Amino acid sequence: MNEPKRPESNLENGERRSFLVASAALAGSAVAPGVMLYGIAQAKPAEEAVTNKVRWGMLVDTNKCATGCTDCVTACNTENGLSGKTGPQDSQWIRKVDIKNLQTGAQHTLPMMCQHCEHPPCVDVCPTGASFKRADGIVLVDRHICIGCRYCMMACPYKARSFVHEPLTDQNPEVPRGKGCVESCTFCVQRVDRDQSPACVEACDKAGHKAMVFGDLNNPESDVAKAVKAYATTEVRGDLRLNTGVRYQGI
Amino acid sequence: MANNVCLGRECGKNTGFWMLLALGGLVMLGTLSAFFYLEHHGHIMTGMNNQIVWGLPHVFAVFLIVAASGVLNVASIGSVFGKKLYKARAPLSGLLALAMLAGGLAVLVLDLGRPDRLIVAMTHYNFKSIFAWNMIFYNGFFAIVGLYLITLMDHKLKPWSKPVGLLAFLWRLALTTATGSIFGFLVARAGYNSALYAPMFIIYSFAYGLAAFLVVQSVMYKWNNIAMDERIVARMKNLLAVFVAAGLYFTVVLHLTNMYFAKQWEFERFLLAGDNIYTTLFWLGQVFIGGIVPLLMLFSPNAAKSPAIVFLAALLVLVGGHAQMYVTIVGGQAFPLDLFPGYAQTSSFFDGEVHSYSPSIWELMLGLGGIATAFLITTVAVRVLKFLPQDDFKEIELEAKEG
Repeated sequence: MNEPKRPESNLENGERRSFLVASAALAGSAVAPGVMLYGIAQAKPAEEAVTNKVRWGMLVDTNKCATGCTDCVTACNTENGLSGKTGPQDSQWIRKVDIKNLQTGAQHTLPMMCQHCEHPPCVDVCPTGASFKRADGIVLVDRHICIGCRYCMMACPYKARSFVHEPLTDQNPEVPRGKGCVESCTFCVQRVDRDQSPACVEACDKAGHKAMVFGDLNNPESDVAKAVKAYATTEVRGDLRLNTGVRYQGI
Repeated sequence: MANNVCLGRECGKNTGFWMLLALGGLVMLGTLSAFFYLEHHGHIMTGMNNQIVWGLPHVFAVFLIVAASGVLNVASIGSVFGKKLYKARAPLSGLLALAMLAGGLAVLVLDLGRPDRLIVAMTHYNFKSIFAWNMIFYNGFFAIVGLYLITLMDHKLKPWSKPVGLLAFLWRLALTTATGSIFGFLVARAGYNSALYAPMFIIYSFAYGLAAFLVVQSVMYKWNNIAMDERIVARMKNLLAVFVAAGLYFTVVLHLTNMYFAKQWEFERFLLAGDNIYTTLFWLGQVFIGGIVPLLMLFSPNAAKSPAIVFLAALLVLVGGHAQMYVTIVGGQAFPLDLFPGYAQTSSFFDGEVHSYSPSIWELMLGLGGIATAFLITTVAVRVLKFLPQDDFKEIELEAKEG
């Protein structure tokens, strides 16, 4: 009672196998973004409020910051959807500043951006409260209630803020911007909230300079907390006693 | 009394009034066009940028706001300090205060990046912000001065004019303190960051307000074919001279203080001895045209008998006032922030260099809209209500003798 060979059933098996593989791939690709989103959500669920147990901060080692290198600026522009143009009316969230001591001639180059002060003058002067500081120390602009008066730009000691002078296109959906509002470095809050470093820090590491260290200043085990404890660091315009979140080493 | 620009209702139909309305309306039309143009294209069409964030519109706006609080002084001297000559001028003074404040605020609002969010500005207050306090003071000023005008014009409410006048006087002092502090509270910039800004702006407001009042009064008298009495001219010109001199005094003290601080030397050198428009505007505009020349004119032997000299002096004070605002607002921003004292600084964001600013025609049109707003409100109001000062010279002479 030999069963007749059924070559066609072999064919069916083959088709079934490839169908299963294709289905699995399709299901996988359909579920993947959800899994990724789940991953992001795991970093810090949206409904979980930020806490003042964390104080995000940065240390810039000017000895490691390379003259002529603008990788941090480029990365910031790409991440936040800035044009990269440098006219007087263009937004610049981070810039490289070259400084030279008038007495000794010593030269340094360093990135300058919002210093995320503990006592930010921009927040103090904002009439509507659009300029605000998150519990974790990140200074932001609420684009829904910014009226574009630019008083914060008058008040900022670091010239860290820009006003959007013209209509924008091709924005990064994660970083909404808008004509008529003021904006500045957010420490790449969208990345920080999913446990990533700001784009500038990542770019500096990638270029091999490792001049920027980012992390939680309140966590004694973090690299940035260890570094500010080990080395002499400087706050720009420290005389103003703003307790900046960004500190510099080597100047 | 009647001529072709007569403003009171008793003048009946005349083309002069409508011509004035058309003139003001035309300027307003330009202002609104500029507003919608900027609203559509953004501030990229202005000369303002990320270094000079407040420009020509703010010069006009802050001048009008400061002068608005100052022009109310005429009423305060009448109602609060009981001077008859000034009491007769209280209604016009209150009206001008409201009109000029409305003009100044209109410019500020039209220049906002998001003027459509005016309601946000009215409903979200950060009480640590002096700017938010200013909004409260501006709105309160409208209410209190409006009420004050009613007490002045309604015979039944006349007894209330003194207490309400006192409240208006105190409120206007608070308002100008807050306006000056918009600059005084800016901790980081060399040009600001001084408690002197509050009293200095009050003194400036006295001078600009009285000058504006004298100019408007002269024009109203002229258009109504009324000769200005010498006694009025003599007293009001002396007061203007005192205010102008006091304004110069505060200016001197501010710069002397700065010159004493080594960290401020660079800024003072930039402003007082620089090769820039601000140095020119400071010496030629603010000090010479707006200060020394009017003082010489007001104290000249013929001034007491010549309304024309006083009119011209008041006009120069107004011109000088605009120069002062330009120097204060734009000049204060043009000088670079010193992030690293003792270091030369360069960057793609113009660190370490004097910032340039070339105002566009759109900004000028926005700014002129403030003056047009004040002009239109005043013209219509003096047409429908009695604002022309009615003097009782017997009382004024008696008052002058009493000293």
